[in-house]
Amino acid sequence: MATQSKSEPNRRDFLYFATGAVGAVGAAAVAWPLVDQMNPDASTLALASIELDLSSIEVGQSVTVKWRGKPVFVRRRTASEIEEAKAVPLEDLKDPQSDAERVKEGHEEWLVMIGVCTHLGCIPVGEAGDYKGWFCPCHGSHYDTAGRIRKGPAPENLIVPDYAFLSDTLIKIG
Amino acid sequence: MAHQSNYKPNSGFEKWMDERLPIIRLGYDSFVDFPSPKNLNYWWTFGAILAIFLVIQIVTGIVLAMSYTPHVDLAFNSVEHIRRDVNWGRYIQAAHANGASFFFFAVYVHIFRGLYYGSYKAPREVLWILGVTIFLLMMATAFMGYVLPWGQMSFWAATVITNFFSAIPVVGDTIKTLLVGGFAVDNPTLNRFFSLHYLLPFMIAGVVGLHIWALHVPGNNNPTGVEVKSKADTVPFHPYLTMKDLFAVMVIMIPFAWFVFFAPDILGHPDNYIPANPLVTPPHIVPEWYFLPFYAILRAIDFNVGPIDSKLGGVIMMFGSIVVWFFVPWLDRSKVRSGAFRPMFKWFYWVWVISFIGLTYLGAQPAEGVYLFFAKLCTAYYFLYFLVILPFLPRVEVTKPLPASISESVLSKSASQAAE
Repeated sequence: MATQSKSEPNRRDFLYFATGAVGAVGAAAVAWPLVDQMNPDASTLALASIELDLSSIEVGQSVTVKWRGKPVFVRRRTASEIEEAKAVPLEDLKDPQSDAERVKEGHEEWLVMIGVCTHLGCIPVGEAGDYKGWFCPCHGSHYDTAGRIRKGPAPENLIVPDYAFLSDTLIKIG
Repeated sequence: MAHQSNYKPNSGFEKWMDERLPIIRLGYDSFVDFPSPKNLNYWWTFGAILAIFLVIQIVTGIVLAMSYTPHVDLAFNSVEHIRRDVNWGRYIQAAHANGASFFFFAVYVHIFRGLYYGSYKAPREVLWILGVTIFLLMMATAFMGYVLPWGQMSFWAATVITNFFSAIPVVGDTIKTLLVGGFAVDNPTLNRFFSLHYLLPFMIAGVVGLHIWALHVPGNNNPTGVEVKSKADTVPFHPYLTMKDLFAVMVIMIPFAWFVFFAPDILGHPDNYIPANPLVTPPHIVPEWYFLPFYAILRAIDFNVGPIDSKLGGVIMMFGSIVVWFFVPWLDRSKVRSGAFRPMFKWFYWVWVISFIGLTYLGAQPAEGVYLFFAKLCTAYYFLYFLVILPFLPRVEVTKPLPASISESVLSKSASQAAE
């Protein structure tokens, strides 16, 4: 064997390699659909966007709507909550974002966020915690009145989804 | 198998079979004639107990699957249907749910026995690694099984645990979406968990086969840690150990029956009797008791270390706490196998067991204040034991003299008893 392997590769070696390579590519090509079928299917992806009428929400009230299987918090903040959120210096924040970056211009009282703790995916409780924003009961993450992480294991602020004001009282999420 | 085969085909059929598929010979050599150390104590019966519980889980599980419906709208009610309407269903469901707890109790005893008597040391490293692999498969199976009733704890356990994967840098979210099959845990998740929960026990059974094979090559370790030297050190597996194992199995069936018949829900969490609600997280999420030590380790990491944030750090430590077991055969440098002859090791070992039990307790408590402090302390000791004490203790420890053989150890014990 040792002497043979030193000799120049011949036509048979080429055929062995070519056959093996085609087999490997074929196996990978068959394996991919079997793995990819686990990814979100067409019906899941179809639930992409929803519209929400804000007119019935009072100041200081929150509503939770379901979007892509997850809760979205929509809160009409009080003046003191907005002030409190604006007063926080950015260097105090774990994931620095100003209050203006968390809301749409001209609509400061509306806070729209995905209601899923950025730690391990639990649903935070509203108007709770050390910063009177949201508190996650699972592992003790505290969020402020702009939904920013202030204390606890969560790495990021509550995520603001893509949304737009279609009119003053109608938003489209997604 | 490693030892000399003493099988002699008696009947014509056995001879005929032996020349074609020597399966009777394999069974005889493995479970009848197999020479076993004669000093095995009751801690060695947990292997057989585990085998029995694997069978109980597979049999009750297959039966439960006949009445269970893996759909988000129907799963919770189908489990209640099993418990109320299906003939004997309340006992079969209770045996399956409590069987998981007994399975884990037995596997912890089995692992701790191995750690005390040094059963992982050469030439049994592969045996040990296969055992850790079985433990990981058991954890995955138990987790997915717990999701199936689709109660509040089921749903939120699935959410929290699949989110571990999102901690992985760059590809984390892609992997999480692939596992869950959507933007959040939902019907696709439940369906695939049911499929995998049915598959994994058979993979466990396969690895158990390899585990037993790897056991039968070097043979059993024993309480002295001294290898078998002559036939005088051994007894045949049957009837000596089959009967001892059977006795131990019957003893453990007494508490098992108590749980199944008199307290089927005592280990369950009340929140899991509320149907899953994706919009409300229960106020206090706790996993099943057998995952609590690892959960406590996860939560103990609430600080960032350089570029690793607390979330990723917790996940790394939690998985690391089991991955480190794979390396124990090489981390422990002591030439003496059994803890019985290691006066200093004993203390460190029992402190480790206490810290493990402590983590179990702490995992069920809120992650704050004094609980968090002790969780950090126990986590630190957990890793210190494997990474510092096992490698470096042998440099300072003076071990006790080993007996020349298993028989000598057994005979000197009975001689000293006779003298009393």
